[in-house]
Amino acid sequence: MGKLVEIRWHGRGGQGAKTASLLLAEVAFNTGKYIQGFPEYGPERMGAPITAYNRISDEPITIHSNIYEPDYVVVVDETLIKSVPVTAGLKEGGAVIVNTAKSPEEIKKELNFNGKVYTIDARKISEETLGAYFPNTPMLAAVVKITGVIPVDVFLNDIEASFKHKFANKPHVVPKNMEAVKRALEEVKGNE
Amino acid sequence: MAKRVSLSGNEAVAFGMKQINPDVVAAFPITPSTEVPQYFSQFVANGEVDTEFVAVESEHSAMSACIGAAAAGGRVMTATASAGLALMWEMLYVGASMRLPMVLAVTNRALSGPINIHNDHSDTMGARDSGWIQLYGESAQEAYDNLIQAIRIGEHKDVQLPVMVCYDGFITSHAVENLEMLDDEEVKKFVGVKREAPFALIGQDPVSMGPLDLPNHYFEHKRLQAEAMKNAKKVILEIAAEYEKLTGRKYGFFEEYKMEDAEAAIVVINSTAGTAKFVVDNLRAQGKKVGLIKIRVFRPFPAEELAEALKNVKAVAVMDKADSFSAAGGPLFAEVRSAMYGRADGKIVTNYIYGLGGRDVTTTQIEKVYADLFNAIETGKYEVYNYLGVRE
Repeated sequence: MGKLVEIRWHGRGGQGAKTASLLLAEVAFNTGKYIQGFPEYGPERMGAPITAYNRISDEPITIHSNIYEPDYVVVVDETLIKSVPVTAGLKEGGAVIVNTAKSPEEIKKELNFNGKVYTIDARKISEETLGAYFPNTPMLAAVVKITGVIPVDVFLNDIEASFKHKFANKPHVVPKNMEAVKRALEEVKGNE
Repeated sequence: MAKRVSLSGNEAVAFGMKQINPDVVAAFPITPSTEVPQYFSQFVANGEVDTEFVAVESEHSAMSACIGAAAAGGRVMTATASAGLALMWEMLYVGASMRLPMVLAVTNRALSGPINIHNDHSDTMGARDSGWIQLYGESAQEAYDNLIQAIRIGEHKDVQLPVMVCYDGFITSHAVENLEMLDDEEVKKFVGVKREAPFALIGQDPVSMGPLDLPNHYFEHKRLQAEAMKNAKKVILEIAAEYEKLTGRKYGFFEEYKMEDAEAAIVVINSTAGTAKFVVDNLRAQGKKVGLIKIRVFRPFPAEELAEALKNVKAVAVMDKADSFSAAGGPLFAEVRSAMYGRADGKIVTNYIYGLGGRDVTTTQIEKVYADLFNAIETGKYEVYNYLGVRE
């Protein structure tokens, strides 16, 4: 990947889309990439639609505007599909990744979108592996796989190390988080 | 050894402050600067710095406490933005005229009203005549680098002035990006462990400071203050050269980007310079002779040097992320056009007010500015005063 990859995240305040974008920036940074991770700040209310952005490149990144023509769009909360034009400006050949129990075909219809659509049931994975709804970890894994911004094996090593660091006080949750990551890598489904 | 890190601008500045380990930080929180004192107060609580952290009840008090501590001979830092800087206003002038080196990190944010938390430069542009040195930075890297150099610039014996280190609110303060940090030991060696105050309220030879100064001396003191700002020009370049030896990163009064044979140039401050560089690269790839000047030092203003850098262009657009409501252009425009008068005459010089209150600045907007400049060169027809990206 020599070129610049631009990703736009859509979520709701409090769901962790901003955190997920920062996590993606971090894992890409750890493999030697140049990165940007930034949210678009608005009135910070729980549940309000929010947008966050990533730029990832092998070259230094100087551009500081928001992203209007992303390579990938990530939708953390599928209810946003009805109220936010999530695919706006999405590059031809780009893809949208949606957190939903629905199939890519169903989402494609709802989005009225002709490009690539991927779905991942981050709720199910999160609840079955972590025992609660933390969509970030499975979403991050799905985004890494679909965008290819870093190789999956590198990601697996890196994320395990960062879980061990993050959960140093409760090491028993590390395998659960790793299970969430591995299931997300397997279960993300595409319709091209 | 430099360490490769990914940090937000506010994190970079807070870590820089930790490495500098000042004697006193007195601060009051305000968006988007709050994280700086927030992170720093954690370093204080963890015992990672020796700093006395003074939690105050307002920015006026924050700057007053900083002035008191600096007058006592301490190395003093703080951070603010927007209305916080406005509330410091009276004390900014007091600190500068008392010739107290302090470093104030400003995450640039629009001034009220209407109230707005997002980025423009109306806060620090309003404070441009307060007697503070002003350094501006495009990225988290530059905010960090400017912060470390600011300590040495302000404390230099020929300067003895406070320094603002300005970077864009949210765009730089809250975005995580790559940068290189120095080792703690390298920073300690660069800034020195203690400030050497030539005069102070306490110590071996205590002096009175800040008394009433009537017509028989006030003017002389202001004249000396003006001389200190002139001296700062030489010192800023000396410190930059020393910093370059340490880091390999080159700093001056401004950065010239692809200016060698440029016919059309933009002069701009802070993060928009990065977006404009992207446009310059694209236009250069199409064979268009475009360049960019990014102002780093706004006070003192590098008038002669800037005129020299612009002497071969045909047209220049000066971009202001603040309106001064002068009905004759923004503050940077007024300075740049004045600097060119008599030194680089016969150019097309236009002004664009842009990005107020956080209006996103896109590559399309910058492309339009260059297109306008080429159109002006070809037809001789152009508007001097323009607003970019606004609905009219």
